[in-house]
Amino acid sequence: MRKVRKGISAVVYRSCKAFNHDRTRILDILRKVQTSLGCISGETMEMLAEELSSHRVEIEGLVSFYSFFSEKPKGKITIRLSDDIVDRFAGVDKVAKVFSDELGIGMGQTSSDLNFSLEYTSCIGMSDQAPAALINESVVTKLTPQSARTIVRKLKQNPVTSNLVKKKGDGNNADPLINAPVKNNIRRKGDVLLADRLPAEAGLKKALKMKADAVIQEIGHSGLRGRGGAGYSTGLKWELARKAKAKERYVICNADEGEPGTFKDRVLLTERPDLIFEGMTIAAYAIGGTKGILYLRAEYAYLLPYMESSLKKRRTAGLLGKNITGKKGFAFDIRIQLGAGAYICGEESSLISSCEGLRGEPKTRPPFPVEKGFLGFPTVVNNVETFCCAARILDKGARWFSGIGTDQSTGTKLLSISGDCTRPGIYEVPYGVAVTDVLDMAGADAPAIVQVGGASGDMIGRSSFHRKISYEDLPTGGSFMTFNASRNVLSIVDYFLEFFVHESCGYCTPCRVGNVFLRERIQKIKNGLAEEADLRYLKDLSNTIMMTSRCGLGHTSPKPVLSSIAHFPIVYASLTKERTDGRQASFDIQKALEESRRIAKRQSMIYDPVYGEAAD
Amino acid sequence: MKRRAIEFKIDGITVKGSAGQTVMDVADQAGIYIPRLCDVEGLEPQGSCRVCTVKVDGRPAAACTQPAAHGIDVINNTPEILSYRRDLIKMLFQEGNHLCSICEASGRCELQAMAYRLGIMEPAKYPYLQPVRPIDASHPDILLDKNRCIRCGRCIRASQQIDRKNVFGYIGRGINKRVGVDGRNLADTDVDVNDSAVAPGTCPVGCIIMKRIGFHEPIGQRKYDNAPIGSEIEKTRSGRGKE
Repeated sequence: MRKVRKGISAVVYRSCKAFNHDRTRILDILRKVQTSLGCISGETMEMLAEELSSHRVEIEGLVSFYSFFSEKPKGKITIRLSDDIVDRFAGVDKVAKVFSDELGIGMGQTSSDLNFSLEYTSCIGMSDQAPAALINESVVTKLTPQSARTIVRKLKQNPVTSNLVKKKGDGNNADPLINAPVKNNIRRKGDVLLADRLPAEAGLKKALKMKADAVIQEIGHSGLRGRGGAGYSTGLKWELARKAKAKERYVICNADEGEPGTFKDRVLLTERPDLIFEGMTIAAYAIGGTKGILYLRAEYAYLLPYMESSLKKRRTAGLLGKNITGKKGFAFDIRIQLGAGAYICGEESSLISSCEGLRGEPKTRPPFPVEKGFLGFPTVVNNVETFCCAARILDKGARWFSGIGTDQSTGTKLLSISGDCTRPGIYEVPYGVAVTDVLDMAGADAPAIVQVGGASGDMIGRSSFHRKISYEDLPTGGSFMTFNASRNVLSIVDYFLEFFVHESCGYCTPCRVGNVFLRERIQKIKNGLAEEADLRYLKDLSNTIMMTSRCGLGHTSPKPVLSSIAHFPIVYASLTKERTDGRQASFDIQKALEESRRIAKRQSMIYDPVYGEAAD
Repeated sequence: MKRRAIEFKIDGITVKGSAGQTVMDVADQAGIYIPRLCDVEGLEPQGSCRVCTVKVDGRPAAACTQPAAHGIDVINNTPEILSYRRDLIKMLFQEGNHLCSICEASGRCELQAMAYRLGIMEPAKYPYLQPVRPIDASHPDILLDKNRCIRCGRCIRASQQIDRKNVFGYIGRGINKRVGVDGRNLADTDVDVNDSAVAPGTCPVGCIIMKRIGFHEPIGQRKYDNAPIGSEIEKTRSGRGKE
């Protein structure tokens, strides 16, 4: 017994020491402990609290917040099936059944020998090659019941996940440091981001010859807006951070790509790491920042070694560190912070909380991150794609960039297209492209329902396919899912609400509770038990959630409900019929009698055909 | 250094305050009551219950965390905002297990008092979630009936900010977000009966209960039995003749 305790405390000590007992690096520490011990038990929490001068309840707060940490023991190999709507339509349930049968455990369970855990996880950014799964940190794609069976048999023989990769993906996916079967699926290259042979560091070199103010002006003139979805002016953000009085300033790259159906950052992280780091370095120069963090979602941990090596090369080449490219006095470096499974961390202030080693909950605003961000210092948080665009703008000029797209939406946009189409993948398109043209490009199969912008986006039907992808019409952070007429609108909406209920941080009442109520009522409609009054209820509840929530999650979570009601009124009308018998449609007499039968140990005189016989 | 004086309007009434105050601070001073549950005098505001939602220059904001600024236009008491507040109160009721008639806190419960103030007289339109929440009776003097917890975090902040302890803390996520204790149970922690975290008035509902002194204060003589919640703030207004 004593020996075991010694073992745990040794792991705890080693994990804390690896990060200099730095409380802000606790996510990394917990990850090390979780990997070594398979869980972070109450006892382990107490040791960690002791070691880090923290409190058990604080550690428990973190372990219970992030999906990739667990208080209960997990298997040596954890299989996480991506539970996105596209995965569902691609038959993930059949794959799950094979995993479950072969391993002899249900979803959410761990085998008694502690070798395997099996569970569903939120979208892992592989919707173009669904169904997909994470096996520890390795990715497997295009799963079939047959391949699932093979995977389990291989893992039982030899529990090394890297052996699973039979055929490596294209581009850098084949690099030994990535070694993944993931395909880039780049279908359309634009001039800004995916063009071949982009000149290396051209933007950075030009930027460093300019004054910092002029760099910000150039970004401002380009009209660049945040690519994560919210669309805030990048130039203005940088300017505010530069103006804020402070000793230090931070540049953070948001690579927590969690919006269901988005995977464009995966491709940029794989194929354009240097362009991302170049953009971050330009931002640092512009705002006077000295430190940078790239927050990488835990689901993309397979890219970590490759990205770390990119950073190392940049340091050697003098592109990071002191006196960058020989520019006296300009010092900047970047570290990668791995997430731990929480969609909310894609929200910029939650992302900052997570970088600080806190629960990934949004911060109270104002003050905004550009005034008081990471550890209280002015911080610029931009999306992966935004930094890439910034680097290209400095090279090619604001006018070149603003010449592409529309007046209010300049440049190109990466779309991650998935669903019922023959060519799912990444498309770099100029802003202002019509939905119908996008559908043609992707070879959409009889598109009937299109979800633009992921779970927090808009659901549209055929009558809106003329609309344009842009901030002023149909904005998207990149997600674009197309579904044919055989798909059930309500199943899609129900999935999105299930997602939001799972991913809400729970900080504020309307988002924590309201989304649960939204889902309950959507299920009632889906099951054909609703009345017209339920639509009014959904609209009112949606309005309260949007008006009173604290952050973007609650401001947008009712959008699938409202946009589907607006665009698919016939679907809702067919499911909400007024009853003529005076009863509520949702009232099920058989269900209502169930408990009475059980207690009375007999059947109903009126409602059961055979009266008097014991029910059980 | 004296803070800059500011002036703005709440529902058309001109109020005066100084820079650095929140909208809630200034409203309280002026005797205008903005309903709230998670915010309480003496603790840092966190803006989580959202009951104090007002509109500032047309945009919704939580009054307890919103900085007051010169010239802003605050809307507090309109049918629209009241309906949001009712919805939020109903959500808090349906999220937990609230049985006023058998609750020790009835009559001094802020959730119950807020429901009455806002005119909620009957069960809500929302479904009951009826969660299963264990009671923590481990401590010799203090009982935690988590069925009634509304996640306002007042006990957490009181423990941290006043007692300089960490007896309570948030754990879990989403609908499973809840208040945890710094140990396996409350008896495991360094909580003291004299802590602010467990003092009367910190918990707005009947979650933190002192053992053996229940129901000492008779129903009918409790805080909100004769005057609605918020009247203590509104009392100051009539004296000033602001309207």
